[in-house]
Amino acid sequence: MGKHQRDLDNFVTPLPGGLAHLDLAVEGVRCAGCMAKIEKGLGEVPGIERARLNFSSKRLAVDWRAGEVAPGDILDRLEALGFSAYPFDPGARREAEAEESRRLLKAVAVSGFAAANIMLLSVSVWSGNATDIEPETRDLFHWVSALIAIPTVGYAGQTFFRSAAAALKAGRVNMDVPISIGVILALSLSLFETFTGGRHAYFDAATMLLFFLLIGRWLDVDMRRRTRAQAENLAALKGESALQLLPDGEMRRVPLSALAAGDRVLVAAGDRISVDGTVESGRSEFDRSLVTGETAYEEVAEGGQVHAGTLNIGGALVVRVTAASEGTLLDEVNGLLEKAEAARSSRLALADRAAKLYAPMVHSTAALTFLGWMLAGAGWQEALTTAIAVLIITCPCALALAVPAVQVVASGLMFRAGVLLNDGSAIERLADVTTVVFDKTGTLTLPSPALVEGQDIPGEIIQRAARLARSSRHPLAEALQPLYQGEPFAGAREHRGQGVEATLADVTMRLGSATFCGVPQPEVEHVADGGHSIVWYREGDGPAWPIRIGQTLRPDAVETIEALKDRGLRVVVLSGDRHAAVSAVADELEIDTYFAGLTPTEKVGLLDDMKRSGQHVLMVGDGLNDAPALAAAHVSMSPVSAVHLSQAAADAIFLGDRLVPVLRALRISGIARRAMSQNLAFSALYNVFAIPVAVAGFVTPLLAAVAMSLSSITVTLNALRLRYAARKV
Amino acid sequence: MEALFFLIPVALGLGLAGLAAFLWSLKSRQFDDLDGAAWRAIMDDDVAPPHRRHGG
Repeated sequence: MGKHQRDLDNFVTPLPGGLAHLDLAVEGVRCAGCMAKIEKGLGEVPGIERARLNFSSKRLAVDWRAGEVAPGDILDRLEALGFSAYPFDPGARREAEAEESRRLLKAVAVSGFAAANIMLLSVSVWSGNATDIEPETRDLFHWVSALIAIPTVGYAGQTFFRSAAAALKAGRVNMDVPISIGVILALSLSLFETFTGGRHAYFDAATMLLFFLLIGRWLDVDMRRRTRAQAENLAALKGESALQLLPDGEMRRVPLSALAAGDRVLVAAGDRISVDGTVESGRSEFDRSLVTGETAYEEVAEGGQVHAGTLNIGGALVVRVTAASEGTLLDEVNGLLEKAEAARSSRLALADRAAKLYAPMVHSTAALTFLGWMLAGAGWQEALTTAIAVLIITCPCALALAVPAVQVVASGLMFRAGVLLNDGSAIERLADVTTVVFDKTGTLTLPSPALVEGQDIPGEIIQRAARLARSSRHPLAEALQPLYQGEPFAGAREHRGQGVEATLADVTMRLGSATFCGVPQPEVEHVADGGHSIVWYREGDGPAWPIRIGQTLRPDAVETIEALKDRGLRVVVLSGDRHAAVSAVADELEIDTYFAGLTPTEKVGLLDDMKRSGQHVLMVGDGLNDAPALAAAHVSMSPVSAVHLSQAAADAIFLGDRLVPVLRALRISGIARRAMSQNLAFSALYNVFAIPVAVAGFVTPLLAAVAMSLSSITVTLNALRLRYAARKV
Repeated sequence: MEALFFLIPVALGLGLAGLAAFLWSLKSRQFDDLDGAAWRAIMDDDVAPPHRRHGG
C-alpha cells in the first residue's frame, strides 16, 4: 500500500491550544538508545512540539501544531529512523484502568502516611500505658490519631465500602464486607474511647489494615492493566484498521471503531480483512483458517460473505460492512459468547469462596462474644468492646493478601515464561486442570503455512522457486521465501491471483497456479491430495513441479504434548478442519481423542459434556470459531496470532512460535495454587489462636497491631518464595 | 511535655510533606514509565559538547 493512502486523521485527537496528538505503538525499540534516537529525531521536525516514548510500554506520544505536520510524515520519519509505528484506535477504552490504578496508588500513599504516623503515636501510648503516661497526654495522642484516621478511612476506604455496598445490594457477600465492617467498627470504637478518655484505641489497626489491603488491590489492578496494555500494543501492531472507500471515491485508513454497517472498505491482496461483510465487487480466494480452522482456501465472488480475521490471498475486493446479522457465523459466535459469559460470572474465585465461609463465621463469633459477656454479667459497654476486638483481630488482612500476593508473583513468572494473563484468577483455575483441549489450526500448528517436508524435489529447483517467491506477497509464496536468503530475480513480475514469473537466459520461470504454469488438468488431479495446498513451479516448457505447502506443527509441539501427558493430563483435539487433516496431526502427536469438522456450537457442547463428567478443561485455541469454547472452558489460552475476539475471550495469551508456554503456565499455576492454599491455611490457623484470646477479652491494640503485621508479612514472604520454587520447574 | 506541642506538628508536617511530594510525582506522571526514567537519568544529550579542552 502506498504511503499516500495512509490517511491517519481518524487516529488523531485534538488538544487545546491548536495542538494535535497521536499515540503510536512502536516496534523495534530494544534499548534506551532507541528512545533518545526517536525523541531527538522527531524533535528536529519543525512543528512537532513534543515526542515522548514510554520505554516500559513501548508507546510513543506525539504532539504537534495542527496543520504544520501531517500524521503520515511522522510515520515516514520514524520509518527513516528504522522503526515501524502503528496508531492506536482511539475508540478503544483504556484510560479507565490507568485511572483506577493511579487512584489506588494515591490511596496506598495516604493510608501509608496515616498508618506510619498513627503508629508513631500509638507506640508512645502503649509504652506509656506500661509505665506512667498521664491520661491527658494519652487523650491528646488519641485525638491527634483520630484527626488523621477519620479523613484517611473516609478517603482510602472508599474502594472497599463501594464494593461491599454493591455486593450487599446484590444479596452477596464478598471479602470487602467483613473488611468494611471491621474498619468502620474499629474506627467507631476508637472514637468512643477517645471521647470517653479510655485507654484503648485501634486507630493504628484500622489504617494499617487499609494500607495492607490497598497494596494487594493495587498490585492486582496494575497487573491487569499492564497485561491489557500489552494486548493493545499487539492489536495495534496487527493493524486493526480498514481502508474505507468514501462516496466521493477517495480512500482513507480508519480505525475499526469509525466504521459502521453500510460503509465500503477495500481489501487488498495479502491483507487480513478486519470486518464482516458482503463482497460488492471483485473475486478472490480466502484463507479462513483463523475463522473456521479450515485449512483449504475458499473462493468468494460478488455477493459472498466474508468474515473478520480471514486473509485475502487473491485479488483486491470491495466489501460492504454488515452488522452481525442472524444466521451468520459471527452471530452464532456472539450468541454462544454471551451465554458463556453469563455462566462465567457465577463462578467464584478462591478468595470469594474463602470470604463466603469466613464472613459469617467471624460475625457470629463476635455476636456470641457479645451475648456471652452480657450473660456473664459484664456491662453492655465492656461486652461490645470485646466483641469489636474480636472483629478487629480477625480482620482478614492475611486472608485478603493471601491470594493477590501470590497472583502478582505468579503473573510475573508467567510473563517471563511468555504468558500474559487477562484475569488474575486464571492462575488458580489453571491449577485445577485435568484435561487440555487444543484447537488444531494455528494452535498446534504454526499460524502461517510452510513447505511440507519429505517432498522429492531437487534442491536447486526449490532454491530457484524460493527466489522467485520473494517477488510475491501471496501467503503460499511467503511460505517459500525463507528458503532463499539472497536477492530476488531482477524483472520478476507478479500477476495478482495467478502467480509470479521471471525470465533468466531466455527461460521463463513461473511459480503459481496450475493454469498459470500451463499444467494439464489430469496431472493436477493426479497430484491433489486434499491435505495440502499446491503451488506449481515450471521452467520454460520443462517439467512442472508441484510444491506442497501446508500447516506445520509448532516446533516443540511433540515434546510439549508428551510432557502434558506425563503430568497425567488428558489431551484432546477439537477442530473445525476436515477429518483427514486433523487425524494426521493427532497421529503425529500421539493424541488418541480428536474430533474434526466441528461447528462452534458443537465445540461448546463437547466441552459441556467434559464438564459434566467432572473434568476441568483448559481450552487452547485461536480462531473465531474457538471464541465461545474459550469463554465456556474452565480456563483458556490463546496464541498471540489469534483473532481479536478470541484473545478477548481467553484468560491468557501466550507469545512466540512455541507451545511450551502452555506447559509452563500449568507448572507455575500448580506451585502458585499450593502457595495460595498455604496462605489460606495459615490465615485460618492464625484465627484459631487469635479468636480465643479475643473472645476472652485479652486483646489490646498492641497485640492487634503485632498480630496483623506479622500475619500479613508471613503471607507476603510465602508468596515471594514462589520465585525460588519456580526456578526448579 | 510542652515539647510535644511543638514536636507532633513538626513530625506530622514532615510526613505530610513527604505525602505531598509523592502525590505530586504521581500526578506529574513520573511513575508512568519506570524503565525509561532509569535510562533518561544517564542520557547526557542535554549537555552541550565541550567547545575547548582545558589545559592541564
